[in-house]
Amino acid sequence: MNGFIILLIFSMFLCLYRIGKGPTAPDRTVAIDILGTLVVGFCAIFSIITRKDLYMNIGLSWALLSFIGTIALAKYLEGRSFDE
Amino acid sequence: MNETVGFILLIVGIAFDVIGCIGLVRLPDIYNRLQAATKCVTLGTCMILLSVVFYTGLNSIGVKALLCIWFILLTSPTGAHAIARASHRSGIKLWHGSVMDKYAEDKEGAEDKA
Repeated sequence: MNGFIILLIFSMFLCLYRIGKGPTAPDRTVAIDILGTLVVGFCAIFSIITRKDLYMNIGLSWALLSFIGTIALAKYLEGRSFDE
Repeated sequence: MNETVGFILLIVGIAFDVIGCIGLVRLPDIYNRLQAATKCVTLGTCMILLSVVFYTGLNSIGVKALLCIWFILLTSPTGAHAIARASHRSGIKLWHGSVMDKYAEDKEGAEDKA
């Protein structure tokens, strides 16, 4: 299980590299979206290890909040206001 | 038996995640990156969550994992489509090796008709 967690953290660092370097704003938005999905997988592995449903609750709410953040950023990039 | 299936699903899911993130770093263009990363990471995370169901069974953890699969399969393509449309409309150029741009052709056709 430790190796899996290390691999997931490695791919999170690849996403962080793209967030830091990404030449345009949509690049960073994509990387933030992917990072949110990876965090959900991370919480799932934690809930396998500890057998508590606390981590699955965190993953479930993280998936929803990350989706809302992605949609808000996409509308902002498109140059529209939020009530349109 | 269940733990073996869960272990195999976990390995395949994490392999998809890592390959998707390598694609996010290596590919040249926002649209290529979006295509590689979103599809690979969505499938990989769904496989990890399915392996949670196989490891723990259908108790309070497993049912939440199934709900999470449903949310991710519903929301991740929607978010990716929104980002792609937003970046195309905000005027980000395609990579110079790209072959075709159907969305721009569609928009030109619509403007000609109107």
